[in-house]
Amino acid sequence: MNLLLEGLSAACLLAGSFLCITGGVGLLRLPDFFSRVHAAGVTETLAAPLLLTGLMLQMDWSLDLLKVLLIMLFLLATNPTASHAMAKAALHGGQGPNDEKAEEDKGSIS
Amino acid sequence: MHYLSVSLILYLFWLILSGHFTPLLLTLGALSAMLSTWLLWRMDKVDKTAVFLIPNLALLSYGFWLLWELVKANINVARRIWDPALPVEPGWARLPVTVSSPMQKALYANSITLTPGTLTADVFDDHFLVHHLCKQGLEELHEGEMERRIRRTGI
Amino acid sequence: MLNAAVLAIMVTMALALVRAFMGPTAYDRLLAANLFGTKTVLLIALAGHALDWSGFLDVALLYAMVNFVGTIAVMRFFEYGAGEEEE
Repeated sequence: MNLLLEGLSAACLLAGSFLCITGGVGLLRLPDFFSRVHAAGVTETLAAPLLLTGLMLQMDWSLDLLKVLLIMLFLLATNPTASHAMAKAALHGGQGPNDEKAEEDKGSIS
Repeated sequence: MHYLSVSLILYLFWLILSGHFTPLLLTLGALSAMLSTWLLWRMDKVDKTAVFLIPNLALLSYGFWLLWELVKANINVARRIWDPALPVEPGWARLPVTVSSPMQKALYANSITLTPGTLTADVFDDHFLVHHLCKQGLEELHEGEMERRIRRTGI
Repeated sequence: MLNAAVLAIMVTMALALVRAFMGPTAYDRLLAANLFGTKTVLLIALAGHALDWSGFLDVALLYAMVNFVGTIAVMRFFEYGAGEEEE
């Protein structure tokens, strides 16, 4: 049982670490701002819960488990909000799409 | 009524954070929750239209389905980041939206953003402005399975 | 394994910092800063457990909140500029 928990935890941590670095690399490699938001999304939507799950599997039963769960839920809830807010701000700030349709979009937003 | 629930939630949160259960600290926690609620009342900033989500079975099953979609989309985007041979073709699209209740719309927009590869940049009455990293993610959205499932949750 | 995860998080933080310095736009920097903040939360949680600190989870939770509010605040500042628009 203990070995199983250890193994699960290790797998979660490993996958989480890999996705984490993937997000970092994507942040550097992708060509424009909006694509980079996607890369950041990778690390935050799946890597954070995976890493925290890995941590939870190693902890003893206590109130701390609930706290980790709370952190996880909070990250999951705020992450799309922050991504959306940044994308919208960038649209407002003129980082938006360059083709013709997009010009019309920018006009209709404000 | 709203103030009561706000203070109860605050107290519950305080309990989780403190982890002490002696009478003195419990009283102090209740007092601080009430003080916060009073300050909120002074600021008059409590959202009167707050909706309390009652988690039902449909919502739960939607959550699990979303989790699975999340994993798939994550693998897809991760492969595109690491493998230079796979194309990255960012672009914009208007996604027609047929769900109408604000709650469902919010859930839909958030689900789109949460899934890597697609991102809601702006919300209009009948469509979202969506940015996508690859055509595949957009096509999946156009098929509308996510929307159907959201409608089934009935919130 | 916990140590490996901590190392991976730090590598990611370094990559985010590189993007934050490179720019090119203010939004890129903000995105990198937000990512950095999220990774800090994870770093506190994992390193705290590995090194057996006490009370670290409260710090992580608080940092998650401050990071979110901070990102939104800075973003509003970018969006509307300083003092141009009073709400």
